[in-house]
Amino acid sequence: MNPIAKFVDELQEVSLLLWGVVTGLFRPHRYGGEIIRQMDLIGVGSLPIVLLTGFFTGGVLVLQTFPTLQYYGVHNEAGRSVATSLVRELGPVLTALMVSGRIGSAISAELGSMVVSQQIDAMRALGSDPLKKLVTPRLLALIFMLPLLTVAADVFGIIGGGTVASYIFDQDVNVFLTSVRNGVTTEDVLGGIIKPVFFGLIIGGIACHKGLSTTGGTVGVGRSTINAVVLSSIWVIIFDFFLAKAIQSVFGVGVI
Amino acid sequence: MFSSADIDILDDLDEHLEPTDLEDAVDRPDRTLSAIEFRDVHLAFDDKVVLDGVSFTVRRGETKLILGRSGGGKSTTIRLILGLLKPDSGRILIDGEDITDYTEEEMMEVRKKIGMVFQEGALFDSLSVYENVAYRLREQGVIDEEEVEQEVRRMLRFVDLEDAFDKMPDELSGGMRRRVGIARALVGDPEIVLFDEPTAGLDPPTARTICQLAIKLRDLQDVSSIFVTHEMNNLKFLSSEYATVDREGQVLYEKEGETLCLINTEVLMFRDGKIIFSGSDERLRSSDDEYIQTFIHGHKPKSP
Repeated sequence: MNPIAKFVDELQEVSLLLWGVVTGLFRPHRYGGEIIRQMDLIGVGSLPIVLLTGFFTGGVLVLQTFPTLQYYGVHNEAGRSVATSLVRELGPVLTALMVSGRIGSAISAELGSMVVSQQIDAMRALGSDPLKKLVTPRLLALIFMLPLLTVAADVFGIIGGGTVASYIFDQDVNVFLTSVRNGVTTEDVLGGIIKPVFFGLIIGGIACHKGLSTTGGTVGVGRSTINAVVLSSIWVIIFDFFLAKAIQSVFGVGVI
Repeated sequence: MFSSADIDILDDLDEHLEPTDLEDAVDRPDRTLSAIEFRDVHLAFDDKVVLDGVSFTVRRGETKLILGRSGGGKSTTIRLILGLLKPDSGRILIDGEDITDYTEEEMMEVRKKIGMVFQEGALFDSLSVYENVAYRLREQGVIDEEEVEQEVRRMLRFVDLEDAFDKMPDELSGGMRRRVGIARALVGDPEIVLFDEPTAGLDPPTARTICQLAIKLRDLQDVSSIFVTHEMNNLKFLSSEYATVDREGQVLYEKEGETLCLINTEVLMFRDGKIIFSGSDERLRSSDDEYIQTFIHGHKPKSP
């Protein structure tokens, strides 16, 4: 199959999976507990790595930009610089990439193992719909938890930036925080929360599709996992560009 | 083998089969309808033909043994019955009901009548034995924990595994996993049970135990079943032994002989997606077909 046909085929498969989830939401189900469990696994479980990533990204942003800002005499705006970068771009994208690596791989490996050991077939034979039982809770948990994780990463990024500005460059914390407050707008925050909703959909859709379409035994599980992480990471970055453009158009964010 | 306590479970399971109970007899499924029927079923994956015009019928209370080499279409047949795959052409009927074009939601109702025993057991790794066996009940919305536990214990007693109640699947041996798989498949007393190579990779005594469970279901529960295998020992057990209950309520396995000849077990042999033999095990063994003889004896027949 040529690459374009394969791409269209995969896109169709993921779209059908997501459509199945959407239509399934309007039918009765009893998987509320599973959604909470997945939220815990995805949200609380990913919190440490997301906070660490946010903290050090904020810190390194200030570390790299402060001397340049100082050169131009605008080092009091370091907070604005780090906050807008984090809230608009780095927070959502880095959080999505971290979650894609941790959760996308886990979802794909888990579902893939269930496919090759016939557990998915057993589930269907015993009267469950794997879409409702397995895919919907994971997808909903990702869509709900990714924006929250992003906000946590943003906050810790700003704390990291403030820490570096204060301890390494001796900037007053109040100056840094005032700059942050002046720099970040409501539209920035809204844009930074809308993006992860789509990223959650991308990561969940691709990881579940790759897991459920696993073939070729345990080797196939490894292949699906790699594909899930690589593809969801790439699509997060590609979608980020188009989402950024769309958010700019709607809110006028970033337009000077 | 099974303990004398088996009879208690059999009594429970056999309630609806009591011949003198007229009310139950009325509730029994229509025996004139076939449990499973395939009509000229074709299926191919890309260029590879998996089933090529397969037609057969499984009568009520009958066990159909499907023999054939790996890749011959045996497991695919079972997946078609469950609606996990759809045929390219032909019709599939369960209880006289044409399920060929059923949606996934419609198939959920049909699957309630069918129990499936998978090759490796296919137990859910994250659930205990208890939760695995209780799975179907939970999916059907049974919330009374006492009722669930009672049913799970009944099924685990049937497969002689009550001690494994709280164990996780990774703590079980291969044979125990299959037996838990059988217990899980029997929850809800399905009219049809499908066995997909349930003895593959098991030692002969354990394989025999699995076969005895299938015999017990066939002869004491009136369950229609398909037993996919490529092991000749299974054919020997299932086509020559029958289960009966003595005065003390003990389940006995006896060999067919001059007084009784089993007619509720037939053999289908698949080759490259086609049925090349359909009939009794005696006819199979006396067949002149070179492929069948090679399959039975493990080598080509010597020329006379």
